Amino acid sequence: MRLPVILMLMVMPVLAYAQDWEDRRLFNPSASGTVLRILSSTDTAVFAPIIEAFVAETPETGVEYLVTSTAEIDRLFRADPGAYDVVVSSAMDLQLKLANDGYALRLNDVAHPSWAQWRQSLFAFTAEPAAIVINRAAFAGRDIPKTRQDLIRQMRDHPEIFRNKIGTYDIRKSGLGYLFATQDARASETYWRLMEVMGGLGAQLYCCSGDMIDDLASGRLVMAYNVLGSYAAARLVPGGALETILPSDFPITMMRTAFVSKDTGASGAATGFVQHLLSGEGGDGGAEAPLPPLDSASQGSTIVLEPALMTFLDTLKRRRFLTEWENAIIQK
Amino acid sequence: MARLPVSGSLRNQLVVSLIGGAALLALLLFLVTRNFAAQVAQEGQDSILGAAAASILDAAAIHDGQVEIDLPYASFSMLANASDDRVFYAIYRDDTFLSGYEGLDAPANQADGQPTFQSTEFNGADVRVVTDTRTLIGADDRTQIRIVLAQTQDQLAGTLERISRNAALLGAGFFALAALLSFWATSTTIGQLKTLTQSVTRRGPQDLSAFRKPVPTEMAPLVTSLNSLMGRLDQSLRQSEDFIAEAAHRVRTPLATVRAHAEATLQRVDKAENRQALRAMVRAIDESSRAASQLLDHAMITVRADHLTLQDVDLAELVGDLVQRLTPVADMKDLDLAFQAEGAVPILGDPVQIQNAVRNLIDNALKYAPPESTVEIAVWRGPRPNVTIQDRGPGFPLHEMDTLTARFKRGRNAEGTIGSGLGLTIAHDVAAAHDGALTLENREGGGACVCLSF
Repeated sequence: MRLPVILMLMVMPVLAYAQDWEDRRLFNPSASGTVLRILSSTDTAVFAPIIEAFVAETPETGVEYLVTSTAEIDRLFRADPGAYDVVVSSAMDLQLKLANDGYALRLNDVAHPSWAQWRQSLFAFTAEPAAIVINRAAFAGRDIPKTRQDLIRQMRDHPEIFRNKIGTYDIRKSGLGYLFATQDARASETYWRLMEVMGGLGAQLYCCSGDMIDDLASGRLVMAYNVLGSYAAARLVPGGALETILPSDFPITMMRTAFVSKDTGASGAATGFVQHLLSGEGGDGGAEAPLPPLDSASQGSTIVLEPALMTFLDTLKRRRFLTEWENAIIQK
Repeated sequence: MARLPVSGSLRNQLVVSLIGGAALLALLLFLVTRNFAAQVAQEGQDSILGAAAASILDAAAIHDGQVEIDLPYASFSMLANASDDRVFYAIYRDDTFLSGYEGLDAPANQADGQPTFQSTEFNGADVRVVTDTRTLIGADDRTQIRIVLAQTQDQLAGTLERISRNAALLGAGFFALAALLSFWATSTTIGQLKTLTQSVTRRGPQDLSAFRKPVPTEMAPLVTSLNSLMGRLDQSLRQSEDFIAEAAHRVRTPLATVRAHAEATLQRVDKAENRQALRAMVRAIDESSRAASQLLDHAMITVRADHLTLQDVDLAELVGDLVQRLTPVADMKDLDLAFQAEGAVPILGDPVQIQNAVRNLIDNALKYAPPESTVEIAVWRGPRPNVTIQDRGPGFPLHEMDTLTARFKRGRNAEGTIGSGLGLTIAHDVAAAHDGALTLENREGGGACVCLSF
């Protein structure tokens, strides 16, 4: 038992240096026991209360929280599954493929509704809708768009307001963006028309929801499409500049998922952490932007955890989808 | 009675063979059901896999020599199940890997659109693999697209477990039912034998008539043999009784003649030693004659036991007559016969036989009683009508009392006294024929007491 721990302690700093993390934080550094390494795509600010509540319950356990993009999580974890204990990501398709490929540990003791877990190894713990976030000032005197059709109409009618001031995910870089895009395209052809229009208006492409919201707040953007509503909630003071719209034509809801690595050296603590995640404790306590709990999900709009999620990860299909998307949104 | 040697038990044989058969059938039922269901379940998974593979091939197209496959969302969606089985796939173009899981490969053994199924292992799990091909025809070349689609078998294993459990329940239920039925069938069959045994056991000792009750076909030969055996037995018994009666009768008459000659000669002979010899001769003739008449009595009783001529008789009157007739005999031996009766004692019985029995008992008393003593004969009414004969003779030897009623059995202290050993047997048989009893006792102060009750 001791040797692997020592090895891990020796290797950790090396990995940390080698990897350029978006954020990296050690909780409960004085812990005497295991230090869980959690690989996550969720901003530390959003996730911190959950981890703090966990280490408060189990003071002997420390948590090293490592944040990177969903695509990077997939690459890093596949390269070395033993280096991380728990993986939390918003890219359901990548998570499901990891579980399908046998990287996730089966946790038979965890009780969770069947629609929110897969193979008793991949567990969903939030329900977060994809939202259109607008800067209210830009829509002054006009109706707030309720559907994608409304949005297309407004953009066509008033291109001067939107030109170069609209943003969406760069789905080539963001796993979550790709998931939202593919589910949109699956739901309706409207998505492609929307992308055409947005491309025509010089849409800005972003890696993450946080950046889009920052630019919305600063006025560099008037509208962002497929933003994580949960991230925007922090800026949503009543009467503030921003407003979140959940399109009523077809809402898309993502479930943030977590699993324990099959090669984890601390399956007990890791399982405890997943159970803690599913219990929802700390999810809304103290955070500025709490993660929406699972029970807020409307079943119809939620992306289903099933092997079909893997189809868009197929090399041929992905290449084809990205080509189409590029053709729509990048217009020279 | 000697214990009959027994080999095996019909009931056990039946039960064992029936239950063994049932167990075998139940096992067979279980195996066949499970195999069949497993086959059906596997066919279910295969057909879904085949459809998924077909839908993927359907989405393949060739553009400017470039293969494009727009993997349908539904093709994997249809593979989703409650057990969340893992799905793997690989797409090949003319045996060159295009997309999916490298390393997953299986040959397609059939023509386009004819899926090949096999079970193998991939990524550490047991999987069912389907392979299907499609030939795409481009502008100037033909190319073959091959899809290899695999799914783990957790759901199938669960289904199989459920099916096995149900099949096992079915088999067990069948077995229990069959076992119950075989027990029932066995006891019904054995029951017929028991009924026959009981009706044989319940028969009286003299009843040798044929069985007339209906029996199952299989038992008819046995009962027929039994009946014929009993018929022969009855016949030979009757013949031997007839023979004894005939023989006794034939012996008695010449004996009487011989006795008359001996008596006459005795009158004419004066020499003391000759008279002595003649007296001994007369006594021997008497003994033979008496034995012959007792044999006759006994034979008659045996024959008549089956056909008693029952009629109302007064026991007191019957015994009174007899006492009167025997008084001269008693006088000759210097004995008194004291008769006592409490009025009329009516019973239902065969007067000839009852007289026979009582006469034999009084004869016995006369024989053993010492001279100058009294033989007391009394008829009582209740609790059961009975006749008691008491004397002051030597009484019965204590340890022989139970066996004295057997044929030709005489007490040890009877040596030197004339007798055949049939007297008590006759009395006993008559009592038995009348559902009565013969009781032997020794009197206080010496002597025997015989009680014949009806």
